[in-house]
Amino acid sequence: MNTEWPLWEIFIRGQHGMSHRHVGSLHAPDAEMAIKNARDVYTRRNEGVSIWVVEANNISASSPSDKGPLYEPSESKVYRHPTFFDIPEEVGAM
Amino acid sequence: MYAQMVESEASNDDPEKLAEFQARIDADIKIEPKDWMPQGYRKTLIRQIGQHAHSEIVGQLPEGNWITRAPTLQRKAILLAKVQDEAGHGLYLYCAAETLGVSRDEITEMLLDGRMKYSSIFNYPTLNWADIGAVGWLVDGAAIMNQVPLQRTSYGPYSRAMIRICKEESFHQRQGYDAIRKMAEGTPEQRKMAQDAMNRFWYPSLMMFGPSDKDSVHSAQSMAWKIKINTNDELRQKFVDQTVPQAEYLGLTIPDPDLTWNEERGHYDFSEPDWSEFFDVIKGNGPCNVDRLAARNKAWDDGKWVRDGLLAHARKKQAGNLAAE
Amino acid sequence: MTRDEAFQQFLLRMGDNTLILGHRVSEWCGHAPVLEEDIALANTALDLIGQTQMWLGLAGEMGGGKTADDLAFLRDVWDFRNVLLVEVANGDFGRTLMRQFLFDAWHSIMLGRLLTSSDDRVAAIAAKASKEVAYHLERSAETVVGLGDGTEESHTRMQAALDYLWPYVGEMFVSDDIDAQIAAAGIAPNPADLRDEYDALVKRVLAKATLTLPESRFAHKGGRDGRMHTEHLGHLLSQMQWLQRAYPGASW
Repeated sequence: MNTEWPLWEIFIRGQHGMSHRHVGSLHAPDAEMAIKNARDVYTRRNEGVSIWVVEANNISASSPSDKGPLYEPSESKVYRHPTFFDIPEEVGAM
Repeated sequence: MYAQMVESEASNDDPEKLAEFQARIDADIKIEPKDWMPQGYRKTLIRQIGQHAHSEIVGQLPEGNWITRAPTLQRKAILLAKVQDEAGHGLYLYCAAETLGVSRDEITEMLLDGRMKYSSIFNYPTLNWADIGAVGWLVDGAAIMNQVPLQRTSYGPYSRAMIRICKEESFHQRQGYDAIRKMAEGTPEQRKMAQDAMNRFWYPSLMMFGPSDKDSVHSAQSMAWKIKINTNDELRQKFVDQTVPQAEYLGLTIPDPDLTWNEERGHYDFSEPDWSEFFDVIKGNGPCNVDRLAARNKAWDDGKWVRDGLLAHARKKQAGNLAAE
Repeated sequence: MTRDEAFQQFLLRMGDNTLILGHRVSEWCGHAPVLEEDIALANTALDLIGQTQMWLGLAGEMGGGKTADDLAFLRDVWDFRNVLLVEVANGDFGRTLMRQFLFDAWHSIMLGRLLTSSDDRVAAIAAKASKEVAYHLERSAETVVGLGDGTEESHTRMQAALDYLWPYVGEMFVSDDIDAQIAAAGIAPNPADLRDEYDALVKRVLAKATLTLPESRFAHKGGRDGRMHTEHLGHLLSQMQWLQRAYPGASW
């Protein structure tokens, strides 16, 4: 029997009024854990988001989309953002 | 660079389809999972994305080595967030590889039994706290050289993973520079740690780009497919040119007496790393190869009961729901 | 003991719990059973470190202008006020998650009460922390249920984890003079008053996990008042504090 956790496709509504968008995939034993994993992996748990998870097997595809993934910054973890670190001008772009 | 010396696969495909495929790539149209692609393209990509993903995962270990010894709460949080991001990057890349038909478990097992490689750099140890700065600044700095152009790679899922990764990597390099700068401007002991880190990480960082590939047929094929954008030498030069002034600002000495600015070329001249050391590391004889793979194998083996247990519960729940309907 | 001294002890108890547990959870980074769990555990640890900065930051202010880092990195074992539960070694993933659940359950109930603390600063910390901890509890409870009700092996391991950790649960509900003083001032509830709600929550989850709650109510104690820690804490501190101790006065 295959013991690998199923693959789930993750869709996130970033702000109220926006549609859910595909942000990536992950593995989880079931839908409930997939939603939790999506919070941890793809949103770093921002408030006000809504998550859809669909088992990859259940998706029927026509033609692929070209859109890039969303990026969800975390609000309380400012050090994740490059501007948190003060780099002297002399050093140049980083 | 997290994928080194990736050999491209020859293709025995229908010449007409191949020409059509190449025309799409030349026109900068992304290849998506359900599109036709040459077998060689698929296999080379699996190897390259896999190696990149494995590097992120094994790369958690040298930095994770200092999470429990970080000197302040803020540094601990920053380092933990950074190493967590590496896990995330590995995850995005494994997902990209899965769209090519290799499952996460399959590709993981290829790492664990040595069939697939990861970057040579992660076989070097982190010995003092300044190493954490050096890894962020030099190692991530070298990785970014390659990752930024790869955002434009021809394979859609790979390109999207790289876009997400690049957004996160910029914080990584800056936190590294910030950490080593604090030490370079600190007490004599801290300066000594910073210079020691510089001495040990300079040449291994240059090795990350791999040996010169200007005459390699594999690289030529990969570049035609746009899964490799620049030659190794181009990227290495760019890295040196960018890094030297940053080191000078810190007052750190780059351990290369022959490093000089070449006015004519408009670039720094520098010494090549010891390539025999590089090939030793690739073969498994780096300072940490055995320990790194052992740590990954232990995590995987120790985790089996957890993965199996949670899956068994999910299946019972599903069966229960069906029965209740 | 003055009211300020009691208040400071209360803040150390809160902050040392999150400091030590955050450290323990961070030990998993790079070694978890699956990438998704690795990332989730790091998020939990990051939240706990952030809460530590708030609790110990306030404790430091009360204690004569010390920083959270001074308190985390420059105190010895006898000055720590965390419960013993959070300092015991991680053990396997099952024990780590069981410990997390047993602590999260207490933590979420405690923070819920602190939302209405008479001290605004405490209420503000609780407002931020309680949202984070509500998610920790949701996740750890679901994992405990999944592993308890998973395979025979996972069930056996989770029962062993529960049997090992249960004697460390009681300490979270022991009330002493400090607690009485703090409760009288309306700053925090008396820990003993949280026990019924805790038992109901834990019983509900463990039943779903098909695990058997040990009957003994025996409780190891000593962490909250610093009288008696486990041997584990000294080893944890010797790692965590090493750089600060070896290079005093340096800035990082």
